[in-house]
Amino acid sequence: MSVLVDQNTRVIFQGFTGREASFHAQAALDYGTTVAGGVTPGKGGQTHLGLPVFNTVADAVKQTGANASVIFVPPPFAGDAIMEAAEAGLPLVVCITEGIPTSDMVRAAAFLKGRNTRLIGPNCPGIISPGKCKIGIMPGHIHRQGNVGVVSRSGTLTYEAVGQLTKLGIGQSTCIGIGGDPIIGTTFVDAIQFFNFDPDTHAIVMIGEIGGNSEETAAAYIAKNVKKPVVGFIAGQTAPPGRRMGHAGAIISGGSGKAEDKMKAMAQAGITVCASPAEIGDRVKSRL
Amino acid sequence: MKIHEYQAKAILAKYDVPVPRGEVAFTVDEAEAAAKRIGGSVVVKAQIHAGGRGKGGGVKVAKDAAEAAEIARKILGMTLVTHQTGPEGRVVKRLLIEETLPIERELYLGIVLDRGLGKPVFMASAAGGMEIEEVAAKTPELILKEPIEPGYGLAPYQGRNLAFGMGIPAQSVNGAVSAMLALANAYNACDASLAEINPFILTKDGKVYALDAKITLDDNALYRHKDLVELRDLNEEDPLEVEASRFSLNYIKLDGNIACMVNGAGLAMATMDIVKYAGGRPANFLDVGGGANAEQIKNAFRILLSDQGVQAVLINIFGGILRCDVLATGVVNAARELNIKVPIVVRMEGTNVEKGQEILRTSGFNFTVADGMNDAAEKVVGAAKGAAA
Repeated sequence: MSVLVDQNTRVIFQGFTGREASFHAQAALDYGTTVAGGVTPGKGGQTHLGLPVFNTVADAVKQTGANASVIFVPPPFAGDAIMEAAEAGLPLVVCITEGIPTSDMVRAAAFLKGRNTRLIGPNCPGIISPGKCKIGIMPGHIHRQGNVGVVSRSGTLTYEAVGQLTKLGIGQSTCIGIGGDPIIGTTFVDAIQFFNFDPDTHAIVMIGEIGGNSEETAAAYIAKNVKKPVVGFIAGQTAPPGRRMGHAGAIISGGSGKAEDKMKAMAQAGITVCASPAEIGDRVKSRL
Repeated sequence: MKIHEYQAKAILAKYDVPVPRGEVAFTVDEAEAAAKRIGGSVVVKAQIHAGGRGKGGGVKVAKDAAEAAEIARKILGMTLVTHQTGPEGRVVKRLLIEETLPIERELYLGIVLDRGLGKPVFMASAAGGMEIEEVAAKTPELILKEPIEPGYGLAPYQGRNLAFGMGIPAQSVNGAVSAMLALANAYNACDASLAEINPFILTKDGKVYALDAKITLDDNALYRHKDLVELRDLNEEDPLEVEASRFSLNYIKLDGNIACMVNGAGLAMATMDIVKYAGGRPANFLDVGGGANAEQIKNAFRILLSDQGVQAVLINIFGGILRCDVLATGVVNAARELNIKVPIVVRMEGTNVEKGQEILRTSGFNFTVADGMNDAAEKVVGAAKGAAA
């Protein structure tokens, strides 16, 4: 099994006809994902990659029966795209866009409260259940179907961890990139909860980074609720304080958000914490 | 984006937060003229993008314009070292000349994003004048908080909760609440990621003022604030970082000997970490991004190598969107055009990795190809030691 996405997921692309969306829609189709069509305002009625284009998300959902969307629209319009997808009743919305103004995300997050939409991201690689469904920008071929759930704030560092697992013959149930922004739809705790309840996920990899305290919150949750082995890594052990390390959310500010504090909290929660990013795969292997 | 105190105060004044009368000065003459116009005793404040200026000797009171000129002469051009500047300090190029006020009490006001709540939170504390992190660590009960609801802003009742909570006397509460609402409006209107007034003072005659101010703007929202973009002071940024930003490269200079070129912020941080783990010191953070082209790779290289401390380069790319062959072509071109002398270790994985490795192998340059992050880190640390010897 897998969490959140599988062979029954029917995804539409928001910002469908753009260059990035087109590239990744094709890659999703090649992977075997069911892509139902897409949305580009003003291009409704056209066909793109052999699939229907709609003017609004509501139209697309009504016509195609889609149950998920992935957002590739530029940052100034992405907050609005999230709200449009939620209003159309989609249960799952994955936002890839990086660089959304924080105040737009504050608004979108408030809009999502009380609605039955799960947002993944923004500023994330997306979500993949290997062999079943790929929604996002991750390279599909590095994954392998299996029983390890991966959750991460990073993109390429997730590929690194997945690559290590696959090389060792360890497959993944689902890999969730929760995103590098300060405000995100799905947190570590949310993702870990899904993995904890999924009988086919036997172990969990969590990859955090400096900034905020969501890893500490997740550690507290794990200590209390999770019996499955959890292996973790925190990026940014050598990051200077007060500097934003690429991701909008990756900053040590006012002494909080440090890697060492997160690693300590995770170790205390019984998580196997890797000091080096090169040992993630081996550590998982030893805990399976 | 960080801005100076005088710029932050100008924004606050625009939204009706009371600030002391003051003027910015770039020269001693300007400082003296400003002090004359303000009249009486003035404060001369060094303007750099770092806190702790007072302790570092960057803030002085002058009894008149002549003394203000004397102080300005000493502070302008001095290298101010504070706990936030690092040991190298910052050269002072601007001053804020401000009226002095009769301080009765020093309080704290601030707005930051609460990630857990997903909204900004207004913070207030009776323990003003000291660093809020210190207050939070030692006496967290002295920090009062009110969430700012998106679409509603800070409500007057929330302001009253905070004002009375800090023990502001009744006759000054209205003034304090107005200032708080104004601060919240300013934060919202300019898409700030942080706004702080520390200290927020109560004067002996019951008035309130923002005696110091700090505003950090959300980089992602700058596209809709053209007027605020102009407040950027390139003097406050590392020249290599400024250069990198011109090519949309995410580069942060550090003080190590091993330059890192990586795609993706998380992997870039992890690469720095593993360099340290292997006994080296990272010279920088560099995320070339997912869509880097050969030209960007070349510029990235040029910037990395302008750092004199660099003894070896580690390239760590997990090709997803960024294809390994594109990267390899960029690396080879850069090596050719820039006449690179330092050893280069390349670790590639992902899309078109075989093609990429072929390009490196047949390039005629002596790249060291690594297998995995561990191998890469060990090889580059070894290469740096060899280069240093």
